[in-house]
Amino acid sequence: MVTVTHSGQRRTPKAAKTNSVFKKVVMAVSGIILVLYLIAHMIGNLKVFAGRESFNHYSEWIRTIGEPAVPSQTTLWIIRIVLLAAVIAHFWAAVSLWRQARRARPERYVSKKAVAQSYASRTMRWGGVIVLLFIIWHILDLTVGAVNPDGADSTPYDRLVASFQNPFITAFYVLALLLLGMHLRHGIWSATQTLGQSNKRRERTVNAFAIAFATLLTVGFLIVPFSVLFNIVD
Amino acid sequence: MRSSVGNPADEKRGMNLTLRIWRQKGPSVKGRMVTYEVTDISPDMSFLEMLDVLNEQLILSGDEPVVFDHDCREGICGSCGLMINGTAHGAGVAAPGRTTTCQLHMRKFKDGDTIDVEPWRASAFPVIKDLAVNRGALDRIIQAGGYVSVPTGTAPDAHAVPVPKKDADAAFDAATCIGCGACVAACPNASSMLFTAAKVSHLGLLPQGQPERNDRVVNMVAQQDREGFGGCTNIGECSAACPKGISMENISRLNHDLLGALRAGARPKS
Repeated sequence: MVTVTHSGQRRTPKAAKTNSVFKKVVMAVSGIILVLYLIAHMIGNLKVFAGRESFNHYSEWIRTIGEPAVPSQTTLWIIRIVLLAAVIAHFWAAVSLWRQARRARPERYVSKKAVAQSYASRTMRWGGVIVLLFIIWHILDLTVGAVNPDGADSTPYDRLVASFQNPFITAFYVLALLLLGMHLRHGIWSATQTLGQSNKRRERTVNAFAIAFATLLTVGFLIVPFSVLFNIVD
Repeated sequence: MRSSVGNPADEKRGMNLTLRIWRQKGPSVKGRMVTYEVTDISPDMSFLEMLDVLNEQLILSGDEPVVFDHDCREGICGSCGLMINGTAHGAGVAAPGRTTTCQLHMRKFKDGDTIDVEPWRASAFPVIKDLAVNRGALDRIIQAGGYVSVPTGTAPDAHAVPVPKKDADAAFDAATCIGCGACVAACPNASSMLFTAAKVSHLGLLPQGQPERNDRVVNMVAQQDREGFGGCTNIGECSAACPKGISMENISRLNHDLLGALRAGARPKS
């Protein structure tokens, strides 16, 4: 390598900040926690096909796990705290790397074309922000019931049906889930790389798994609102 | 395919091209794209030879020639490197082939094309003038750990330290990195991860690289952060633009080594 050096132009190295790879590890580990939750959440959602009784009972069960050894909702709150911590860590790492990337290229290219990047990898940042906004609204809608058409006094099953009978709510849900699916497609591959578990031999398998997993999860979630919309569940 | 074999008159007809080139007088001056026309460009010319033609034209008309880095012009030194039509080394034009700017031939373009030419853009690669950037940051990453310390003296016997074939091959693949900086230029985050990973892999896979393996990876990663490169998000633009096809598995290997080194208590020198 030959490098042109120009006296007086040598950049004084800035003080080392948090290691960028460490931030990626935080991103990967918090992402894995959230993915594990998503699997459980999707399976739980499918209880809606077992009927109103079964779905509401499942919802009640989540609040009573561990009783009477521990007070009501203890397990639920432990899960919630872990998830909140994971979301905060994931968000912190993302924002921090996003800012680092912006600092790393202050002057943009006049023309720049992608050669290899997937649509999924390109939508990680804004897609992630939209998914976060969705999650906040989603909790207010179906968990708290504050913005639900049926209000907070209804049962979980009624809230679900009331929400998804509205095509606009369903459309937002579908958009967020598609973005989430793409987020997972790139995220699973990226986390495997970040944790140093990928290699040339495994690369195809990891990517195929990421696509299959993301598709399965997205379909598993989307089947519920569409069933309500088309009156299969009501 | 051009039908030049049967028709010698065709051979003589060169291409007329419009070039939009980034002109910048110095590191702290604002630059801009300037449009030039070149005529009668042979399809057999390399991209740099085409720029040579432009520069001769500029000198004759009393203008300043366009500054760009180059040396071997055979794709092995890593000196040249231009963003051509939005891709590093014109990777988008050369695809599916891999190339350096000096080995990109004008036959890849069509008569009447408009070609955008820009320097590598990263805060760690300040523009010196026009299309030439300072890639000293990559040298400092190497200085931070991209070496093996060996006593000088007679060269040891080549077969004194056995190396498994698989490791030797992977190390050699990584060692083909020419340090051109295309990975940084192509990366949406302006990350130097592929470059650093190639060096970490190259030495970390060989027995001679083991004593310094942990310190190497933590210090090189710390230096790349210090230089102001972005973080890696495993998008893969780097590997696609790399003239030597350095693969993404090297990045995974760097991460693996780094996590192992941090667990083993290795910390970067401040």
